Amino acid sequence: MYLLELNQINKSFEELSVIKDISLKVKEGEVVSIIGPSGSGKSTLLRCATFLEDIDAGEIIYLGEKATKENQTTLHKNFGIVFQDFNLFPHFSVLQNVIDSLIHVEKISKKEAIERGLSLLEQFGLLDKKDVYPYQLSGGQKQRVSIARALALQPAILFFDEPTSALDPELTSEVLKVIKQLAFDRMTMIIVTHEMNFAKEVSDRIIFMEHGIIQEEGSPEDIFKSKNQRMKDFISL
Amino acid sequence: MNFQTILLQLSTGLLKTIELFILTLVLSLPLGLFVSFGRMSRLSLLRSISKIYISIMRGTPLMLQLIVIYFMPSHLFGIQISNAWRFPAVVLAFTLNYAAYFAEIYRAGIESMPVGQYEAAKVLGYSRVQTFIRIIFPQVVKRILPPVTNEMITLVKDTSLAMVISVVEMFTIAKQISAHETSIMPLMIAGVFYYIFNLLVANVMEQAEKKMHYFE
Repeated sequence: MYLLELNQINKSFEELSVIKDISLKVKEGEVVSIIGPSGSGKSTLLRCATFLEDIDAGEIIYLGEKATKENQTTLHKNFGIVFQDFNLFPHFSVLQNVIDSLIHVEKISKKEAIERGLSLLEQFGLLDKKDVYPYQLSGGQKQRVSIARALALQPAILFFDEPTSALDPELTSEVLKVIKQLAFDRMTMIIVTHEMNFAKEVSDRIIFMEHGIIQEEGSPEDIFKSKNQRMKDFISL
Repeated sequence: MNFQTILLQLSTGLLKTIELFILTLVLSLPLGLFVSFGRMSRLSLLRSISKIYISIMRGTPLMLQLIVIYFMPSHLFGIQISNAWRFPAVVLAFTLNYAAYFAEIYRAGIESMPVGQYEAAKVLGYSRVQTFIRIIFPQVVKRILPPVTNEMITLVKDTSLAMVISVVEMFTIAKQISAHETSIMPLMIAGVFYYIFNLLVANVMEQAEKKMHYFE
């Protein structure tokens, strides 16, 4: 069974068609990177798959269950998102950011939530930051906290929406290291990124999108040896 | 009348002023929040009603609103207006008026929140109510403290308007003594009282702002 199936997704903003008939299947443990120029629709695709945007047509299926208006809240439990600009809650400490939804949404006991939160922070080298507030963190630390926050809910799939686009190269590598470790641990991930080398290194499959459609799809080797001229131009940039 | 008697009488008036100030705040701060919800509602009818309400409350003199509300029971229902209605009428008028201003302050604060906060909350499974209470509102409070302080300080001074329907607060008393003694002194003392009251308000609010400094 696929963890996620997107069938013929269409999405327009006003007259502008952003996603055209896109289908995508993701298996457990798979790491899929979506690359492509700005405006190609890759972030919109991710936002559609995670119900942040309503789709105009098509199906979204999580673990065999088709998404409807009614079951979105339940299906939410299947995935987490790491945003480009973190979207941490500024009035919560680092630990509170990670565990607040466990306590108030999942209704897990505070003690258990704290245990889980602390172990995640330890995993990401943030234990000494547990009591500080997001404004006191570097961009890389913020992004690691937001990864920990997404993982706290133990989602089946983790989405990344350009997780390093707001970071300088040094901080980027610090975040990519964490994602690579997750890939190594067989976390199912869908990553929208501009980091070509990272995508090549971490992905089982790369999807090249442009003008709202999937132009090329395949293993990193296939993609980087592609004969598609547009693809070659994009990768060589 | 000696100085001490004047002070004593003004102090009794000051108690009424403080009572009016606190009651107005306690009632108008929550009411303003609900008006702002109406103002931002998806239902256009609710939005229009809130907009008109705010427009009237901000666009007409508070003094007039006081008089209208005071005489309302008699005009609408032919009820004889009793003395006991004076103070509640003032509290009601002030509450309705200040709620309109607070509503716009809340709206500014709520609309200034980045959409990413809502999206992050949604993905983590927070309900709409939870998102507002746990994520949005605490951040809004921090942002709106300075304009709320402004309104509070204006309110302290506006309490003197209660005089127009003969509610005996500090300014009413100051004016009576002043007329009786043909001296401006009682009014000046009242002015000092208002000033000190506002110093206190500003101080308390500054402390509140400092308390919110722990996050940015």
